[in-house]
Amino acid sequence: MAAAFDEMNGYGGEVRAPYRAFAEWLGIQHMETLRQKSAEAELLFRRSGITFAVYGDEEAAERLIPFDMLPRIISAEEWAKLERGIEQRVKALNAFLFDVYHRQEIIKAGKVPEELVVQNSAFLPEMIGVDPPRGVYSHIIGIDLVRTGEDEFLVLEDNTRTPSGVSYMLENRETMMHLFPDLFSRNRVRPVESYPDALLKTLENVAPSNLDAEPTIAVLTPGLYNSAYFEHSFLADQMGVELVESSDLVVIDGLLRMKTTEGLKRVDVLYRRVDDDFLDPLVFDPRSLLGVPGIFDVYRSGRVTIVNAPGAGIADDKAIYSYIPEIIEFYTGKPPLLANVETYNCRDSESLKYVLAHLPELVVKEVHGSGGYGMLVGPRSTKEQIEAFRARLIANPNNYIAQPTLSLSTCPTLADSSVSPRHLDLRPFVLISDEVRLVPGGLTRVALKRGSLVVNSSQGGGTKDTWVLQE
Amino acid sequence: MLGRTANDLYWLSRYIERAENMARLLEVGYRIVLLPREGQGFHEEWRSTLESAGCLQGYVQRHGELVSQNVIDYMLFDTSNPSSVASCLASARRNGRAQRTALTREMWESLNGAWLEFSAIKPSSVTSNSLPELLDWVRSRSALYRGALLNTILRNDTYYFSQVGTFIERADSTARILDVKYYHLLPSSEMIGSDKDNYQWAALLRSVSAHRSYRWVFKDHYRPLKIADFMILNRQMPRSLRYSYDELTFALRDLAVYYGTRHDCHTTAEATRDLLLEADIQKIFQSGLHEFVQDFIARNNKLGTEISAAYHFID
Repeated sequence: MAAAFDEMNGYGGEVRAPYRAFAEWLGIQHMETLRQKSAEAELLFRRSGITFAVYGDEEAAERLIPFDMLPRIISAEEWAKLERGIEQRVKALNAFLFDVYHRQEIIKAGKVPEELVVQNSAFLPEMIGVDPPRGVYSHIIGIDLVRTGEDEFLVLEDNTRTPSGVSYMLENRETMMHLFPDLFSRNRVRPVESYPDALLKTLENVAPSNLDAEPTIAVLTPGLYNSAYFEHSFLADQMGVELVESSDLVVIDGLLRMKTTEGLKRVDVLYRRVDDDFLDPLVFDPRSLLGVPGIFDVYRSGRVTIVNAPGAGIADDKAIYSYIPEIIEFYTGKPPLLANVETYNCRDSESLKYVLAHLPELVVKEVHGSGGYGMLVGPRSTKEQIEAFRARLIANPNNYIAQPTLSLSTCPTLADSSVSPRHLDLRPFVLISDEVRLVPGGLTRVALKRGSLVVNSSQGGGTKDTWVLQE
Repeated sequence: MLGRTANDLYWLSRYIERAENMARLLEVGYRIVLLPREGQGFHEEWRSTLESAGCLQGYVQRHGELVSQNVIDYMLFDTSNPSSVASCLASARRNGRAQRTALTREMWESLNGAWLEFSAIKPSSVTSNSLPELLDWVRSRSALYRGALLNTILRNDTYYFSQVGTFIERADSTARILDVKYYHLLPSSEMIGSDKDNYQWAALLRSVSAHRSYRWVFKDHYRPLKIADFMILNRQMPRSLRYSYDELTFALRDLAVYYGTRHDCHTTAEATRDLLLEADIQKIFQSGLHEFVQDFIARNNKLGTEISAAYHFID
């Protein structure tokens, strides 16, 4: 594979403009100091309890996501471009959601195959005809971007259900400002700290209409042992709203209520971090202990807003992904500003043939998988792994998509003995209600192993602070 | 505030207070055991220490005989003992983690820090020499948490429930020390007023951190009657029953104002405080200290139950 584009050094040669001040600073740092600061950062994270549980790893019930101190820097122009593309994309995703749960014009127009939508497990027939406030289904979207060249940003994946990681965006910045205040005086970095406020505004703006008082908002968490519990409590705390578990909620007289020290109190907006399946045992998975019996009826009658809406996952389904360019054109009338990664839907026999012939070069993913589980990275797999995967693929081609192995951009990262390039991606967090709000920044995930392209925290990835520079 | 939040805050405070009381009891027991004494002295001391801590039954089931090293391990590290320092810190931290949103950053970090540091200690590394240092550390971490709470928390229901938890636990602990340790030191009621075994009385006061303040207040030798008076009725002594109930009734009254409603627990707390306000130590002894303390412990437990019902701690 050709050398990857480096965020700081491009393809070699001169340091790129957004990194100039930083590179100068980095040049005069001693490895020893950096390593000390790195240990200090780890201590800060551990003290404040910013931990992440990895499923199937009992030893490390509370693990830290490794934090790399060398920031990822985005210029003002680059960000302005991304911003426009992201805004266009999230509007189209919500328009698509409204459409598939109403008249299904896009299916009638033949742009998206019907069975891909209605037979999809992420599509909830219960949502047909439901009108969420402002017509917004996915209020909080994480867009996973990768960069493959100076001007090439591609969308790898949309997260329209319950994207996580925003607490790391905020805490990474806090930590950086604490450890390296001088860096922030040398670089004009746009702040990200307004995110919780923007989130609160977003939630308030989609409250049920005709409330007598200010809406009561709560964050629903599956509980202490959930991998993202820290983030749930962090966001509730930053917004000053209650963090509730299913046992704190009850539906009485057609309203959602929480059990407080003064008795039952109505909840108007529920930012849930519980999957659709578990939301309401009366409607979805009857075995669920994480949801609230009857909540879906309250939702359907417009007396509580669930954020993100149930059924919003149909928009980030990996099988739908390859149709997103058409979806954007269909609803906005304009070509997409941000490109997709070329994708082969293995349900299509021509595509399947191609994929089977090129497995060693491709990345193959499960349609419903996430977190980097159940995927094949062709160039980094052994013959045996590829053959084992081939068998699974042939047995159930509908379950897979394939993409070329991208040469993800790299960024200088503190490795064992030196600063060296590691591959990364970027997840900005978009808020959608009366307007689209996008905090300048995001979560940069970095593959800490040399040459690795898997950035997921469950697979040994780390994070970096993400700087968007002021013009 | 969620009922579950109130419940967790209340227990968080109780566990921190309990961890501190365990450390204090252990420290005193250990000092006495170090003394050259005759016969079964040290057994008796560990027995009363475990009994005051409410762990005697559990200990006997687990270890049988009273052995210093086992007692120390049981009270400090044994997670099968729900009142060991290790269990208290873990429970406090679990409650705190569930209520991160209710705690300030300083509170959380002192709590999490205490738990992390304590978890890193290997029980086998604790020697006779390092024990006092470790017990000091436990008390200082409890003080740090209380300090963070008092200095950073908003004066609203978060604070009030935390106060209620602290002082209901403290009242219970002081009452148990009185009932067990004090009682053991009194061979018979006729002996009241004698100066027997000065060191033991000092140790008793030490277990409520009052051996020096006693001198300040009474400017006198340790006298059993005065010590009981100090631990039960003195309004200046921060671990006395009276002081604990002053704080409890204040916090409950604040809650009533905050929510605009009074409950049974308010009446109960005030009645107990009135009792302490009007009591006379001579009369308490005449009608029986043991009976008095037992009655107090029952009242205190009842108050806990009523608070939990009034504020919907659990469903």
